[in-house]
Amino acid sequence: MSERVLDILISSFPRILGQGLLVTIPLTVISFALALVIAVLCAMVQIADVKGLKQIVRFYIWLIRGTPLLVQLYLVYFGLPDLGIALPAFPCAVAVFALNEGAYCAETVRAAIESVPKGQMEAGYCVGLSYIQIMRRIILPQAFRTAFPPLSNSLISMVKDTSLAANITVTEMFMTTQRVAGRTYEHLALYAEVALIYLLFCTVITWLQRLGEKKLNAMNGGNVIRA
Amino acid sequence: MLEIRGLKKAFDGHEILKGVDLELDKGDVLAVLGPSGGGKTTLLRCLNFLEKADGGTMTFLGQEMDMPTLSRKEIAAYRRHTAFVFQSFNLFSNKTALQNVTEGLIVARKMPKSEAEKRALAALERVGLADKRDAYPSQLSGGQQQRVAIARAVAGEPDVIFFDEPTSALDPELIGGVLDVIRDLAEDGMTMIVVTHEVHFARNVSTRVLFMEDGRVLAAEQTAAFFEEQKNERIQSFLRSLDRKDD
Ligand SMILES: Nc1ncnc2c1ncn2[C@@H]1O[C@H](COP(=O)(O)OP(=O)(O)OP(=O)(O)O)[C@@H](O)[C@H]1O
Ligand SMILES: [Mg+2]
Repeated sequence: MSERVLDILISSFPRILGQGLLVTIPLTVISFALALVIAVLCAMVQIADVKGLKQIVRFYIWLIRGTPLLVQLYLVYFGLPDLGIALPAFPCAVAVFALNEGAYCAETVRAAIESVPKGQMEAGYCVGLSYIQIMRRIILPQAFRTAFPPLSNSLISMVKDTSLAANITVTEMFMTTQRVAGRTYEHLALYAEVALIYLLFCTVITWLQRLGEKKLNAMNGGNVIRA
Repeated sequence: MLEIRGLKKAFDGHEILKGVDLELDKGDVLAVLGPSGGGKTTLLRCLNFLEKADGGTMTFLGQEMDMPTLSRKEIAAYRRHTAFVFQSFNLFSNKTALQNVTEGLIVARKMPKSEAEKRALAALERVGLADKRDAYPSQLSGGQQQRVAIARAVAGEPDVIFFDEPTSALDPELIGGVLDVIRDLAEDGMTMIVVTHEVHFARNVSTRVLFMEDGRVLAAEQTAAFFEEQKNERIQSFLRSLDRKDD
């Protein structure tokens, strides 16, 4: 490796990483938190069979899962201004990522809730708890343990998917790298560098996932064995 | 104390309970016997409104209720007087043994935590599992789980406890411990309905027997009369077939 490439790598590293910490991570965290809220609400609407709302939720999931994320970003950022709705790039990206991930996670959460044996609900009724109390205190904690690994997976996907936000002018890590690469023509080195930073982020999440699973298992007395 | 008249229940147009009557006095232990698929579980589930009956009236503690039209609120009020022990235990798997017992007391009955724990420990003591108070269900044997479930049932101080085959999911060597606990409750005068295939237990512990087949009650008699003076041939052959299995 030439000294020039090394210099470029070293001088761009704090800039790219900084943009990762300042934009990519907040974009991911905010979007994912909102996605989780959407997911739990959608799952509950489906499980509790709320008439009317259920059809809306199914339509939303169908729509989101049937169209590409990149197209959704374009639609909202470049398309909606035609209707007089013009959002700045960052909130726009948050909205699209949250709505997109929310649809996928809704199915994960719904499946996890449905995997809790129905005897848990019945036992709850028999000791006098209400539907809401049983959901909150018995079913959702167990469903969360089941949903945790697939949700971690979704989070890891989302970290990388935020690079698509570069397309709608969000200056996150990837966009920053593109700019440096455009100026210096060191494509191989710079894209490898940003790839490594993504890898680093995802490694940290994987590590957090292990920790979280251990904690959740402890709260359930080891792996939950279901009759 | 509890009286049922004309209880009916169908699943998908298929009638499972075809008009069941039963009576229970305070302190009674009613054993429900009968061949598989006869509707015993369905009967018990209807009694605690885990299934909604299609027809039938219930008189409980002097109050008459139309079973199919009971409101959610009335069901909740009724359930404060009852408890249910499931064939597959159904302990809350994210709660410890102690929390399984206190959950209903604290959340549903609004009992202060310290008082609930005191009562729960007494209930666990009673089933011989006070030392397992902090164990999760997955760390307990089937027999231990079922005893915790019985402690959970007892802690609410119900007027009647429903048991659906409390030992049939257990390994043979664990059955005795659970039956002993139920026998102790009977000796303390607890009112219970126990669906069971344990004929010896029914004979020794119950005060009355209800024999069900194909959604109908074939016999409802005092226990001694049921076993010693049984005239019904169908029941005789059922009892003989179980005796053979016991050998
Ligand atoms: N939720 C349900 N939906 C449809 N059919 C059901 C349902 N629950 C029970 N049944 C049917 O009702 C009949 C009686 O079942 P039930 O479980 O009450 O019998 P049981 O006497 O408890 O039998 P076992 O001794 O095997 O436990 C069976 O034919 C069963 O298939
Ligand atoms: Mg049964």
